[in-house]
Amino acid sequence: MLAYAVKRIGLGLLILVLVMIAMYAAVFLVPGDPATVALGPRATPELKRLLIERMGLDQPVWWQIIEFFRNALTGNLGFDVWSNRPVSTLVLEALPNTLILGLTALTVALFIGVPLGCLSVMRRGTAADAVIGVLSVGVIAVPSFVVAIYSLLLFAVTLRWLPAIGAGEAGDFVSQAKALIMPAAAIALGWIGYIARMVRASMMEVMGEPHIRTARSFGLPEWKIVSKYALRIAIIPTISLVAVGLGSILSSAVFVEAVFARPGIGKLITDAVNTRNYPVVMGTVLIMTAIYVSITIAADLLIARLDPRVRDVFRG
Amino acid sequence: MSSVADASLSVPDRQRFPLLRALLADPFTCVAVILVTGFLVTAIFAPWLAPYSPLKIDVLHKLQPPSVEHWFGTDHLGRDLLSRVIYGARTALTIAMVSVAIAGAIGLMLGLIAGYGPRWLDAILVLTFDSLNSLPMIMFALAIITVLGAGTGTLIIVIAATSFPSYARLIRAQTLALKNSDYILAERLIDASAARIIFIHLLPNVVGPLIILLSMDIPVVIMVEAGLSFLGLGVRPPTPSWGSILYDGYTSIRAAPFMVIFGGLPLVLATLGFTFLGEGLRDYLDPRLQLRRPA
Repeated sequence: MLAYAVKRIGLGLLILVLVMIAMYAAVFLVPGDPATVALGPRATPELKRLLIERMGLDQPVWWQIIEFFRNALTGNLGFDVWSNRPVSTLVLEALPNTLILGLTALTVALFIGVPLGCLSVMRRGTAADAVIGVLSVGVIAVPSFVVAIYSLLLFAVTLRWLPAIGAGEAGDFVSQAKALIMPAAAIALGWIGYIARMVRASMMEVMGEPHIRTARSFGLPEWKIVSKYALRIAIIPTISLVAVGLGSILSSAVFVEAVFARPGIGKLITDAVNTRNYPVVMGTVLIMTAIYVSITIAADLLIARLDPRVRDVFRG
Repeated sequence: MSSVADASLSVPDRQRFPLLRALLADPFTCVAVILVTGFLVTAIFAPWLAPYSPLKIDVLHKLQPPSVEHWFGTDHLGRDLLSRVIYGARTALTIAMVSVAIAGAIGLMLGLIAGYGPRWLDAILVLTFDSLNSLPMIMFALAIITVLGAGTGTLIIVIAATSFPSYARLIRAQTLALKNSDYILAERLIDASAARIIFIHLLPNVVGPLIILLSMDIPVVIMVEAGLSFLGLGVRPPTPSWGSILYDGYTSIRAAPFMVIFGGLPLVLATLGFTFLGEGLRDYLDPRLQLRRPA
């Protein structure tokens, strides 16, 4: 287990280092000097000189790379010359909004998706199973930002039930919760279908196993077999899925956040990409990648803990 | 039961187009085939189908609701929305097919090399695939767009770069499984070149599952293109894209709600059509492949 954990974390760190080098190299690969690239169309001579100093571009390249790593390790992701604030502050301000959105969406998806998957297994082969199956694929296919726009049109513009934009008033829980409903639902929808399908698929495999047959021969009711004996095993693949899901939800929330003008990571990075604000994009991508990689590693370790076969596969 | 017995006793008819028959037998796949065919025809014959030029600005008639002259209404610059939606199909399908084809070709090559080549090369390639795969796709895409600037070319590069690793992994696994089979060993015994073994003997046998995976990724790519164009980071204006139509509609959602409705509908129908078609293909050809994640 320990060897597996070390290998897995080592690989994760290696990936992060590679990402950092790649991103750092990208600035130098683009035609033009990095300061101009980073500043984009706003480059005035004063800003440029300031940035060259701040970014340490007057130092030799090897020194810059070491500095970059040293700074990143101590949480210093550089400076946004435009708003004149550290990138890490900008990211930390935006991150909670995105985290709350992603966690809410995922929780909703789990609470609806897992029971739907179980229901599908209990009623396998019936019309209910078929309907759940088709609906699941259907909601996976529909882009979340289109769901977001349509619900915006219906619930905010036409019916005026919910606020159209923002993340709610600071400190006012009700207004924050109201502002969360539509974006969370738009993201959750596809995941409900995906989780239902995954739970159904892994549960169908489990249903053929001896302990289920034994439970059935004891005359236990089907719902008890499904919820107590099958789900416990079948949930393992779903755990890893949900963890990886959180990582990808956090980054794909970009689109939904744009629709609802929710001040999260998505809005931060979209604005930064649009203005080619290099330090902010690099810092945000780095933090989001670190979060994504750590969640994936945590999920893998959890799975390895729950299912010894995974460790053996990795070893071989 | 009797039908099963009959079928096994009687000599099966030689069916023509078995794949198409199987696909059309399922009602949802059947609808999907019709939708996809419809979008393909629309994309190919866009210049003949569109009633107006998708770029013709007519500010005097901006934001007009649907009418006999403009079935879908007009946008904020007075351009005919139906024509823009029709040309949007062309943009979406072109980008989806080109980028998926490029990613598929890269994945196929690297996967074959990793699977058949020396072990050290395999280790390096697998590390590369895993590193790229363990990045959050959208963040990676946004980083590339920042460096290269938004545009159709960048979009294709972004999609190809983010999707080829999973194709390469699939091909590598297939190649490894076949590498030590008897017919490959026989080829090696008669001193066949690596190129001959890879291209003549391995490639035709590993490409099947890749095609299913590619077909299942087309709706994802359509979604990503529309999403990035919606953010203003995809196709450059004034090129019509469903994503940019949605954005234009979004900015005037109160004055002209029909714009987001007509901009979003083809996107939803196209992703649904391609998804159900991909599912149908998968069920027919290789039911073991797993479902993709929502984008």
